[in-house]
Amino acid sequence: MSVDKQTVAKIASLARIKMGDEELERMVPELNNILAWVEQLGEVDCSGVEPMTAVIPNTLRLRDDVVDADPLTGGGIRDKVLANAPAPEHGFFGVPKVIE
Amino acid sequence: MSNYRIQGETGEWEVVIGLEVHAQVTSNSKLFSGASTMFGAEPNAQVSLIDAAMPGMLPVPNRECIRQAVRTGMAIEAQINKFSRFDRKNYFYADLPQGYQISQLYHPIVGEGSLVIEADEKAGIPQPKTIGIERIHVEQDAGKLMHDQHPTMSYVDLNRCGVALMEIVSMPHMTSPAEAGAYVRKLRSILRYVGSCDGNMEEGSMRADVNVSVRKVGSPELGTRTETKNVNSVRFVMAVIEQEARRQVDLIEEGGTVVQETRLYDPDKNETRSMRSKEDAHDYRYFPDPDLLPLELDDAFLEECRASLPELPDAKRARYTGELGLSDYNAAQLTAEVETFARFETLLAEAASQLGKSEAVVATQVANWTLSVAPGVIKSLGDDARMENNTAAANAAILKLVDAGTVSGGQAKEIYEIVLKTGREPDEIAETEGLKQQSDTGAIDAEIDKVLAANPDKVEEYRGGKDKLFGFFVGQTMKAMQGKANPQVINELLKAKLG
Repeated sequence: MSVDKQTVAKIASLARIKMGDEELERMVPELNNILAWVEQLGEVDCSGVEPMTAVIPNTLRLRDDVVDADPLTGGGIRDKVLANAPAPEHGFFGVPKVIE
Repeated sequence: MSNYRIQGETGEWEVVIGLEVHAQVTSNSKLFSGASTMFGAEPNAQVSLIDAAMPGMLPVPNRECIRQAVRTGMAIEAQINKFSRFDRKNYFYADLPQGYQISQLYHPIVGEGSLVIEADEKAGIPQPKTIGIERIHVEQDAGKLMHDQHPTMSYVDLNRCGVALMEIVSMPHMTSPAEAGAYVRKLRSILRYVGSCDGNMEEGSMRADVNVSVRKVGSPELGTRTETKNVNSVRFVMAVIEQEARRQVDLIEEGGTVVQETRLYDPDKNETRSMRSKEDAHDYRYFPDPDLLPLELDDAFLEECRASLPELPDAKRARYTGELGLSDYNAAQLTAEVETFARFETLLAEAASQLGKSEAVVATQVANWTLSVAPGVIKSLGDDARMENNTAAANAAILKLVDAGTVSGGQAKEIYEIVLKTGREPDEIAETEGLKQQSDTGAIDAEIDKVLAANPDKVEEYRGGKDKLFGFFVGQTMKAMQGKANPQVINELLKAKLG
């Protein structure tokens, strides 16, 4: 699998990363290098092997349905959440107008 | 098969409909964070560092959300997948700071199921119809954008961001707006029975993406479909189908082709329009979320889910018509909404106990009271009705008075009015307000004798075969008793006397 300049341009636009022509040119071989490297995995015969999702046996932990049980993962922290926002307004994030 | 047809220039067309319903899961906290899900809070007051997608935060699923999705799946008799997994659906928009929605594309938690919509002759559904459901998966909701608060900025509120949704995907089994409407109503009813979603469409707890395509009647091939997003009422779902089917037929007949695209419904203009901006956003580049291991459910969890399911709408309806002997109409009315059957069942138990009779014997009386008499009185009182007085015990006491023949139907309503206004005891009201009908045969007997004596000619005519006069005697006796006699007793006594 490999990508061409057009594909790279599309990926960049989907990821909202602005790239000039020169940058796109440079990206094509870089990405293709990565893809080729990963593709080496295809050489391993893994027929009959169950897909593995973690190297140690482990299952997904679920949490109880309790509001703000842990202050680190709860709400009620509007000031913190907005602290780094470039344009907070009346408790909202302000962003350039996006309208359908 | 529905007979909904669109009349075109070139012949008749039929419509094929599939719905994706997004139902907000009833839970205290969000799907992957501990922030509250309460509706109507101050902007961004219920946003955790996870919901705001701060670096280094990891999602941990809420057991209750998983449980509710499984119970919902069981309620539509669907296959429950003991192994499911979360995937990232990548898109950039200001309502989702992660840059991806955590969803389940490849391994949803619930597989194929179905529900049955009832026959509705008037709506063109001649018999009950089974609508297939392809899957239910669990995913995060996005935040809310407001565009009208500032001249150059949009405001973002992330309170809803990260709240759990079930996406319930139907098969393209519906063929008329009425069927789609019935499907949404039935689904909403099941969700509310199960308690997995409050079904509140005004607050956006349930919204539908409506997939519509058209084809010539009898054509085996499906046409190209469009998807109209975020339709938030049953009425609008039906309107979207009508408008969109008509638009597609006109387009094709004018030589155009339907483009597979996302559209928006404008209720003010009653039309759909293309959302061009979303066109290339469709490339979501899904991949398994590396932050989340696969979700594996054990038998104990599934058993608990199944054991906690309540009696569901279809079963309840069947029991109401079967065991309780209610009419189809009453059963349908009583089982449509959770509040209605809850009120009915509480009163039924109370009435059966006060009257000392079985539930089946009193069911019809209680059903009529619950569905028509009580709501009528409550409505006529308006703000004067104090609903804290509307107890099952008081209602049952009135039904007992009626059942014993102590009060008439009209008197029961009057007593109920006083109960609602004042909270007084029905027995005491009947006594003190003179709201009792006379069942004392002696008193009625005496009045009947007077009536007969005063109208010897009518008695003669009646005996000569003019049966209609019976009503006249009943009326005269009732009048003499100031309307307070038990009509049944009058009937019996009169019949005996007139021979």
